[in-house]
Amino acid sequence: MGNMMEINKDLIAASSTPIVLAILTEADSYGYAILQRVRELSGGQMEWTDGMLYPVLHRLERLGYVEARWEVAESGRRRKYYQITSQGQAQLSEEHRQWQAVDATLRGIWEALSHPIPDSLPASAARLPQGA
Amino acid sequence: MLAPGYAVSLEDQIDQWRSYLHRRQAIHSVDVAELEDHLREQVTVLVDAGLATDEAFLVAVKRMGDLDSLSREFAIEHSDRLWKQLVVAPSESGESRARVRLDATVAFCLAVAAAVVLKLPELIGMQMEQDASFYARNLSLFILPLLTGYFVWKRQPDNGTVRWLAGAFVAAGVFANIYPFESEGYTLVLAAMHLPIALWLMVGVAYAGDRWNQVGGRMDFIRFSGELFIYYVLIALGGGVLTGFIALTFQSIGIDSETFIASWLLPCGAVGAVLVASWLVETKQSVIENMAPVLTRLFTPLFAAMLVIFLGTMLVTGRGVDIERDVLIAFDLLLVVALGLLLYSISARDPLSPPDAFDVMQVVLVVSALLANAVALWAIAARITEFGFSPNRVAALGVNVILLVNLAWSTVLYIRFLRGRGSFAVLERWQMDYLPVYAAWAAIVVIVFPPLFGYV
Repeated sequence: MGNMMEINKDLIAASSTPIVLAILTEADSYGYAILQRVRELSGGQMEWTDGMLYPVLHRLERLGYVEARWEVAESGRRRKYYQITSQGQAQLSEEHRQWQAVDATLRGIWEALSHPIPDSLPASAARLPQGA
Repeated sequence: MLAPGYAVSLEDQIDQWRSYLHRRQAIHSVDVAELEDHLREQVTVLVDAGLATDEAFLVAVKRMGDLDSLSREFAIEHSDRLWKQLVVAPSESGESRARVRLDATVAFCLAVAAAVVLKLPELIGMQMEQDASFYARNLSLFILPLLTGYFVWKRQPDNGTVRWLAGAFVAAGVFANIYPFESEGYTLVLAAMHLPIALWLMVGVAYAGDRWNQVGGRMDFIRFSGELFIYYVLIALGGGVLTGFIALTFQSIGIDSETFIASWLLPCGAVGAVLVASWLVETKQSVIENMAPVLTRLFTPLFAAMLVIFLGTMLVTGRGVDIERDVLIAFDLLLVVALGLLLYSISARDPLSPPDAFDVMQVVLVVSALLANAVALWAIAARITEFGFSPNRVAALGVNVILLVNLAWSTVLYIRFLRGRGSFAVLERWQMDYLPVYAAWAAIVVIVFPPLFGYV
């Protein structure tokens, strides 16, 4: 992990729903590929523990945001694919709206502070939503 | 390219990893399959990137996250899984699901068969009330052969064992019925009480299958017996409620259901429930924590405290044990309870873990039970000749001696273990080796006592 930035657990948990739903909007996918996509998108900055993705997927399935089906992959193994539902899409736009609000707020305060961000700031910024 | 040796060891490693996951209640086998697909893909990618297979496996497992937190996450998402697994064990493939269903069908058919067998003698004019002695003597023979048959079907022991079991049941049937017992005589009651104990060992032989000669196999049988007892009590409670409602509702429309309840529902339900409870214990044994050890943990300290206070009070007040004729039976029961608590705490204990406070408690319990029993024996020994050697008293004395020997030697072994001079496994072995002694004594009471005491 070394030089990798550690992102707060709560932030990861909170952002997992929109991230997974958004990735599934691109195309139906399965666990491993979703994680690859997360790594790609975050430039390796978001490190999820692989196994932890699955309870998240199962929660989304229970809530009706995604549907799962088993398929035989080209490797010959059975693989569980996830597909976003219309309910999931609605949830995604709702999350999108909320995250934009959070993002706009943060941008506002970063600009108000408007001096170069010291190195230590990202860590304390990550703690902000929790305390708010 | 993968060397074949590597490929095999990767499969082995994945097998092992899978079996670790399977032990987590919150992670079902479909989830294990999903996670395994992930793991394999990760391994493939890492191997393509130039890692050796075993290295790739280690990295992939590490990335998956440690099992405890993983299973905790699954438990949070699927908390229902920790509760809802009572009857139908979730199974991986269609084949094993069919097996579960077949198992259930066989168990229920046997339960019905037990009820039918119980009612069959009525065809030749037997009546449960008038011929109570016939039913008392043969009750275990209505149920236990079927239960044994169930386990023979499940475990498929070799033909020799099956023939031996069948022979034992035939012999039991003969001895229960050839003696000219006096009606309601002591030896008849004793035989009726001891026959199930002797035959329970046969169930054990069938239950353990080819593992009967191993400590583990017998221990599993002990666990099974404890769970069966608890399940049976629970089913009986439910049955009682059902019976009450049947009586009440039919009474409200002016129909008397008493005959139906007394001669059909209760007897048939009582014998059938043994088989249903056995099947339940078999099906759910791996699913939920066993109850018997939990109760043991709860009651060992209470019984130990009770006995210590009893001994202390006796010492302080100087009261002796009141010598009544049946005092021995009360102390026999005390030893049985002490032995039961000892057995079930052994059954739930990891033999390798070091002694702890609970072990000390266990020794206190056993020692104080032995002391209380010694006091009672001392008091009664002087007068036993005066009371005479009736079959009841000899039987009670025999049980006392058998339990005394077991518990005394167990205490020695336990203390050795506490002082670090012996392993816990020795104590376990001693208890399991002792099991046939109970059955042998019960068989003696059934076979030798009636002629010895003139069938009174």
